[in-house]
Amino acid sequence: MEKTKRQKIDFKVLGRVLKYLAKNYKLRLFFVIISLLLSIASSVYANLYLQTLVDDYIIPLVGMENPTYTLLLKAITTMITIYGVGVIASFLSSRLMVKASEGTLKEIRDEMFVKMQKLPIEYFDTHSHGDIMSRYTNDTDTLSQMICQSIPEMFSVITTIIVIFIAMIITNIYLTLVVLVFLGIILSVSKFMTSRSGNYFAKQQQAVGKLNGYIEEMINGQKVVKVFCYEERAKERFNKLNEELAENVYNANKFVNCIGPVNGNLGNTLYAVLAIVGGLLAINGIGNVTVGMIVAFLQLSKTFIRPINQISRQLNSIVMAIAGAKRIFELMDEAPEEDKGYVTLVNVTEENGNLIETKERTGKWAWKYPHKDGNIEYINLAGHIEFYNVDFSYDKEKKVLQDISLYAKPGQKIAFVGATGAGKTTITNLINRFYDIDEGKIIYDGIDIKKIKKDDLRLSIGMVLQDTNLFTGTIRDNIKYGRNEATDEEVIEAAKLANADSFITRLPNGYDTMLSGDGANLSQGQRQLLAIARCALCNPPVMILDEATSSIDTRTEKIVQDGMDKLMEGRTVLVIAHRLSTVRNAKAIMVLDHGKIIERGDHEDLIEQKGQYYRLYTGAFELE
Amino acid sequence: MIKKLAKCIGEYKKETILTPIFVGIECAFDVIIPFLMAYLIDNGINKGNGKVIIGIGILLIICSFIAIFTGAKSGDYSAKATAGFAKNLRKKIYYNVQDFSFSNIDKFSTSSIVTRHTTDINNVQNAFQMIIRMAVRSPLIIIFSLIMAFVINIKLALIFLVAVPLLGFGLYFIATKAHPIFEKAISIYDKLNNTVQENVRGIRVVKSFVTEDEEIEKFDKTSKIIYEEFSRAERIVALNSPLMQFTVATIIVLISWFGGKEIVGNNLTTGEFTSLISYAMQILMSLMMLSMVLVSIMISRASGERIVELMDEKSNLVNKENPIKEVKDGSIVFEDVNFSYVNDENKLCLKNINLNIKSGETIGIIGGTGSSKTTLVQLIPRLYDVTSGIVKVGGIDVRDYDIKSLRDKVAMVLQKNELFSGTIKDNLRWGNENATDEEIINACKLAQADEFIKTFPEGYDTFIEQGGTNVSGGQKQRLCIARAILKKPKILILDDSTSAVDTKTDSLIRKAFKEDIPNTTKIIIAQRISSVEDADKIIVLDNGEITSIGTHEELLTSSNIYKEVYYSQVKGGEE
Repeated sequence: MEKTKRQKIDFKVLGRVLKYLAKNYKLRLFFVIISLLLSIASSVYANLYLQTLVDDYIIPLVGMENPTYTLLLKAITTMITIYGVGVIASFLSSRLMVKASEGTLKEIRDEMFVKMQKLPIEYFDTHSHGDIMSRYTNDTDTLSQMICQSIPEMFSVITTIIVIFIAMIITNIYLTLVVLVFLGIILSVSKFMTSRSGNYFAKQQQAVGKLNGYIEEMINGQKVVKVFCYEERAKERFNKLNEELAENVYNANKFVNCIGPVNGNLGNTLYAVLAIVGGLLAINGIGNVTVGMIVAFLQLSKTFIRPINQISRQLNSIVMAIAGAKRIFELMDEAPEEDKGYVTLVNVTEENGNLIETKERTGKWAWKYPHKDGNIEYINLAGHIEFYNVDFSYDKEKKVLQDISLYAKPGQKIAFVGATGAGKTTITNLINRFYDIDEGKIIYDGIDIKKIKKDDLRLSIGMVLQDTNLFTGTIRDNIKYGRNEATDEEVIEAAKLANADSFITRLPNGYDTMLSGDGANLSQGQRQLLAIARCALCNPPVMILDEATSSIDTRTEKIVQDGMDKLMEGRTVLVIAHRLSTVRNAKAIMVLDHGKIIERGDHEDLIEQKGQYYRLYTGAFELE
Repeated sequence: MIKKLAKCIGEYKKETILTPIFVGIECAFDVIIPFLMAYLIDNGINKGNGKVIIGIGILLIICSFIAIFTGAKSGDYSAKATAGFAKNLRKKIYYNVQDFSFSNIDKFSTSSIVTRHTTDINNVQNAFQMIIRMAVRSPLIIIFSLIMAFVINIKLALIFLVAVPLLGFGLYFIATKAHPIFEKAISIYDKLNNTVQENVRGIRVVKSFVTEDEEIEKFDKTSKIIYEEFSRAERIVALNSPLMQFTVATIIVLISWFGGKEIVGNNLTTGEFTSLISYAMQILMSLMMLSMVLVSIMISRASGERIVELMDEKSNLVNKENPIKEVKDGSIVFEDVNFSYVNDENKLCLKNINLNIKSGETIGIIGGTGSSKTTLVQLIPRLYDVTSGIVKVGGIDVRDYDIKSLRDKVAMVLQKNELFSGTIKDNLRWGNENATDEEIINACKLAQADEFIKTFPEGYDTFIEQGGTNVSGGQKQRLCIARAILKKPKILILDDSTSAVDTKTDSLIRKAFKEDIPNTTKIIIAQRISSVEDADKIIVLDNGEITSIGTHEELLTSSNIYKEVYYSQVKGGEE
């Protein structure tokens, strides 16, 4: 962890937040500012007017035999007008601000999500999910507080201070000097307190992060905790972190809590000092001090000190919010997944052997390849995949794949086997460009995949992964996930193909059963079947099955297999499986070891070779 | 609810009580000061009496210094009380969650438990601080100020009596009106976070189906509702400050008018006039504060309820009195066991299970998806209680054991297993806190994990990321097995725990089991026949019932299901 110094406001980040605010709501903000100014001016003016009221309209009446109140009434009416303007302006400013602040928040939130969706897989693989999530929760919360409360309050507070300060100078310069001295005292006291607490605030945030991270991890693994009777130890560590947090919270807030009452009462002291000085000045006739002036000045000094206290309070939340905003912007500023592809996937009809692009969904697809000379070539989407001397590493240091060359003709089934960690999954991550290769070439239907638009490339490849991820919604929604416009019949057909239909119809609400929490209410096998159905509905020419059936029992797998065989018909399929029975009928089987293909051929060839595959194969059945 | 939460103040009672006391003292001075001020203006300034000015002035300064001291003290105490309260609260619910049984855990989603520990506690903590400081301060100031106002001038004080309840009512109205909308908005906020979480986890699915735009649309929709709801609520809240200003204005105008007349009629001095206006401001500020406190209490009420819900959730699995602490051997008996997750005889997941497993036997369990294999084995370490019938371990009903002792001796490798952030060693020590390095390496050798661990540059000190994302599925499974072995259990249950391990390694693991831990009862749930082929007994489950039990050879002739599975695997799915 970096050494935490006194927290300072990062004006760059603050400016960026303000820019968001200003972007869409210029006119609105203009009116907000105008009405804020009006409301402040009216409250200051009203304060000053008290002096006039006392000095010019009340005192002269004292001692009169028959005082006439018409003038006083007139003065009161003026007061009412001033206040009236203030109330209306204040209403307008807060009302107008709502849309600007909530809208800005929405915009930041939305943009963050949009940006996140565009980030490369690598980002998600290298950042903890909790960390990403907290940008949407904690960080957005503090930011929201800043935009909705701190910024408007800061603005009005600062303006108030300036206006009042000017008013004070106009009223009486000597008394203003007294106020200035006190201001110095108050500020240095605040500064002392905030600097004392600032350190602890940083520590508090760290402690919060650590504790929350720990809680999240433990709760996620709560079942493992139970099975291992780890409760006591889980409590121990929790206690340590919890104590640490409480200590930091206490220290951080100790000083902050004091700032309010201390400054408030310093304000009272100022009040007294002003009265003494003002009184002595008045008695001795220095500086034209009148009673009314003292009264007004006391009032002004109160309105002057209160906002100063607010500043210190708001400053804290602004510092925290900016830290949050910084993390939000960090995510937004991450380089998005780059896509220089220009070959796109389009629907076509075939006329006289020529492919004609069409907007309708024809079920027939082609790559639209705009050549540099302006010619547009249409290449039939067939699912022909070739690897030429592909090297890959995640961190540019340790090669995960070396010199991989292979091909899969349209409709062929190619299998990858090998020990865990041999690099099987990595190969599939390269075809759809979740990661980009270091060396070599991957060619899809004769086109370098780097030239294909990523979205279109991925649409043409169906994936069923070992870890199924389902989404909140009904089972139907989940099957339709990749193709929202699919009809109910198509959904059922896909489910039947994957053999999911029978278990779905047995559920009380059938296809309308709500799934929540990643489909926690289904067994892993059932979720896997849904994932297969989801893929089947999309009907891609190329399919990648990464341990897709590993969680399905072999008996069910056999049933699924029938469907899968149907599903695989006419498609290029890349299969990764441990179960050799699953890959046996593949056109070619690649045996991977430490990132290299060490054997290749069909089942019979490999058995004949009596190499690694043979050992794996026999190992599966010969048990000592 | 409040009672239950209040219990968590615990050892911070002293601070919790001292805070309002000091706040009270501070308030009293806050109110006395304007009063002294009036005196100073009238008898000092107006009469030109320098002595009074200095005398009262010094008194005023002393008063405010006392107020500073008490104020600071109350701030300190309240910080301590609040931090402590939150700490205890967190501890209480965390401890309770640790006592949860599997069915308790199933009931709450992980994210909701986490939110209760974080956001909810935060809300309650803020409210607590507000209550012990502001909720005391504001009413006190109001009362003190009213008293002083009456002391100064009864007639003018009546203005307060009318205005204060009116404003109070207005603020209360706004708060109660806005609160339900806020609450609704917050629940939608949860939904939004859920969408984000799903996307973060399932990003591979999102990207490979190219549904980024749909997901963005989904997010936008929810985000828009949040925006609308929050705006609606905020618009109501926006009435607060104008209402406040309006009341202030009205009061000052009224005081000016009637006060002016009183001054003229010599019933009021200018000093008193100033004091009255000060009191007016103080009262109104306090009311404002009070309404803020009210809102924050309301917001935190829902949080409080959610916390209490977690506190009140009692584990349905509890130790009997004088539980048995020692598990004699690894024998397992199921007698007429029926089981239902929802405790409903009509929704049984296991029906009429009878089993007799001797200590040291290796048992295989085979069955289709949803045939309740996992459910069956979860009854052995008493992760759930049977609906009817008896499960015995070492000849004794599992419900008679001390749960911890039982689970220490029954190790289970879950299907959905987790590794935790920390080194490989840290993770393995879950099995046995005091395991020596040698024991750890032995367990890993047994689970065939030693080999790959050694290939890591940092070996056993390799750091595992949260959720074990930096090891492959097969490696993770082997680590989980090693972790379970370290417990030196009498019964070891593997729930489909080698599915991602290749067949060669799988068979090596089983060989090691046989040779190194012959006295441990091993129960292996598997999809691969090869994983259970050499077991002493293989149980074939179908739809929650045992259809056959026997050895591999026996089942090949007697069980159709088994035969079908076997041939599907041997022949690679082609007939």
